[in-house]
Amino acid sequence: MNPVSRRGRRAGEPVGGALPAWVHVPAAAGLLLVLVPLLAIVARVDWPRFGELVTSPSSLAALRLSLLTATASTACCLLLGVPMALVLARGAFPGLRVLRSVVLLPLVLPPVVGGLALLYALGRRGLLAPALELLGVRIAFSTVAVVLAQTFVSLPFLVLSAEGALRTAGQRHERVAATLGARPGRVLTRVTLPLVAPGLASGAVLAFARSLGEFGATLTFAGSLEGVTRTLPLEIYLQRESDPDAAVALALVLVAVSVVVVVGVRGREGRRGP
Amino acid sequence: MSARVSPEVAPSPAAGLEVAVRHDPRGLAVDLAVPPGQVLAVLGPNGAGKSTLLDLLAGLLRPTAGRIALDGRLLTAAGATGREVLVPAHRRGVALLAQDPLLFPHLSVADNVAFGPRSAGAPRREARERAQRWLDAVGAGHLAGRRPRRLSGGQAQRVAIARALATRPRLLLLDEPMAALDVTAAPEVRRVLREVLRGGQHPERPGGVVLVTHDLLDVLALADRVAVLQDGRVAERGDVHEVLTRPRSAFAAGIAGLVLLTGRATADGLRTADGTLVAGVVDDGCPPGEPAVAVLDPAAVAVHAADPGGSPRNRWRVTVTQLEPRGRAVRVRGVRGPLELFADVTVEAAAEARLAPGDEVHFVVKATAVRVHPAG
Repeated sequence: MNPVSRRGRRAGEPVGGALPAWVHVPAAAGLLLVLVPLLAIVARVDWPRFGELVTSPSSLAALRLSLLTATASTACCLLLGVPMALVLARGAFPGLRVLRSVVLLPLVLPPVVGGLALLYALGRRGLLAPALELLGVRIAFSTVAVVLAQTFVSLPFLVLSAEGALRTAGQRHERVAATLGARPGRVLTRVTLPLVAPGLASGAVLAFARSLGEFGATLTFAGSLEGVTRTLPLEIYLQRESDPDAAVALALVLVAVSVVVVVGVRGREGRRGP
Repeated sequence: MSARVSPEVAPSPAAGLEVAVRHDPRGLAVDLAVPPGQVLAVLGPNGAGKSTLLDLLAGLLRPTAGRIALDGRLLTAAGATGREVLVPAHRRGVALLAQDPLLFPHLSVADNVAFGPRSAGAPRREARERAQRWLDAVGAGHLAGRRPRRLSGGQAQRVAIARALATRPRLLLLDEPMAALDVTAAPEVRRVLREVLRGGQHPERPGGVVLVTHDLLDVLALADRVAVLQDGRVAERGDVHEVLTRPRSAFAAGIAGLVLLTGRATADGLRTADGTLVAGVVDDGCPPGEPAVAVLDPAAVAVHAADPGGSPRNRWRVTVTQLEPRGRAVRVRGVRGPLELFADVTVEAAAEARLAPGDEVHFVVKATAVRVHPAG
C-alpha cells in the first residue's frame, strides 16, 4: 500500500488540519436540508407548460415589478448604506455600538413586524401621516411602499458588507492621500470608495437578492395589487392556491436568479482571496 | 496651494522646520529644528516615539501642547500658548513616505504620481507631465503604464518616492523607507533617494526632510544631522559624523558600534583628509573623488604590538589611548594623527599583548572587511 497517495489527495499539496470523521455526517445532513427541497421544486415543475406559465401576463407583470423595485431599493441601499457604513467604520463618538445594533435590527426582525412598523410610521394614520399629507404624498400600498419595505430589510446586508470592506481596507491609503494634498471629499471618492468597490458590489448583490425575495414587509406595508405592489414572491404565494403549477414555475425562476446572485458573490470573493 | 490657505506667520518667521511638542498619551516631548534643505535623521529604539513624531508633523495627530512651524507658517499649536491651530494634513505641504509604499492599487503608476498634483488643482496634462518627470528622476519612467501590483518592492518604493516629491512638499517625512525592502532593492532605493534629496539637480527638492531609520547606512547616505530619540525625549543631537563617532547615548553607540573614517572615495577604497589610505570594498554609486565614509567592524581589527608584515593592505600605526572592557572583549581605542580608531580584541589577546594606554601598536584589517559608502 502506498501511504502517501490516497484517493483525492494530490502529491505536492499542503496538508490541511485533520477533521474528525464524524463532522462530515451533520455537515452532509445540512447540505441535504438545503438541496433536497430545491431539487423537489425542479422535480415538480410542469416542464411542457413552463414557458407558458412564466410568461402569463400576471407572471410577467410580477417579474417586471420585482426587477424594477429590487433595482430601485438596491440603489436606495447604496445611497443610504454607504454613508452609514462610513460613519460606523470611521466614526468615533459615544453610542456607536448602540447605533450599529439599531442599524442591524431589520436583519433579525420578522419582516412582517418591519412592515407593520413602516405602516405605523408612513401609513395613512401613521406617525408621519400629517407631514406626508401636507406634502400631498401617499406612500402606503404604492410601488414606493414596495421599494421602502425592500430597502428596510436589505439595508443591513449592504451596511455589513460595506463596513467590513472599509475595516479591512484600513485607513493607511487615506492618510497617504491626505498628505499628498487630497481634501477629504477627494480622498473619499478617489481612494476610499474605489478601494472598497468589490465589497460594495457584493453588498449590493446581496441587498438585491434580499429585495427580490422580500415578502412579509411588502405584503403588510404595500399590499398585493397586480402591477403595482404584487412582486414575484407575492404572486407565487397567490398562485399557490389557484394554479400550483404556475407557482412552482415562478418559484424556479426565483431560485435560478438567487443561484446566479450567490454564485456571482462567491466567485468574486474567491478571486479576492489569497 | 488653494486660495483659502492664509499662511499663519509665526512670531519669529524662521525658515525651515521648528518643532516643540508634547504628546502625553504616548509620552513624547521633543524639540527639534531642521534648517531649509537639510535632512535630519531621527534614530531610536522601537517605541521611542519616532512614529508619533511623524504623525504630529503630518497633522495626523493632535499634540497635547506645543507648536510646529514650517518656513514661518504655524502648522500646529496647542496647549497653553492660547490659540489652537491644526492645519489639516492635506493643507500642510508635508508628504509622507512610509515603509510600505501604499500605492493606490486601482490607479496606474502614472496616475498614482499625478494624484498629488491633481489634488492641488493642476490640470490633467500638467499633472501627467510632472508625474512623468518624477518617474524619470527615480528611474521608473518605463513603469508609468503599469498597475502597482505588477511592481517589485523596490520599484513600488521608487514610485512612492516620485509620488511624494511630485507634490513639491515643503517637508518630506521618510518613515524607514528601506526597512521593508530586500537586500538587493534597499541600496537601489537608497541611491535614488540620495540622488533626489542631495543631488541638487532637482529644482523641486523638498524644503526639508525628516528621516526615521534604524539603519546606519541610511544616515550616512542621506542625513546632514542626527537626533536620537529615547523614551520620547531627544537623547542627543548633532551632525552625523559627530554623533556617530562620539556617541553619547547608548543607542547611538550601539548603532555606531562601528569604526567610521570619512574622506573621499578612491578606486579601491578611501583617502582621509590627512592622507591615510584605506583599502576597502567600494559601493556602486560612489565615484572616486566624492565624499565617502569607510565603515568597519571593530571586531575585524587585529591589534599587533609589532608590525606583522604580510599581505593585509590596511596596517596602521596607532597610539593606544584607552582600553574599555566590553563583555568578553576589550575595546582598544587609539589615535593616528587626527583619526580615531578602535578595535575589539579578546581579553586573552589584550592580556598577552600587555596593552596599555600610550603604547604604539599596529591595527590591521583586511580590505574585504572595510566597506566604502557615499556620504553627505
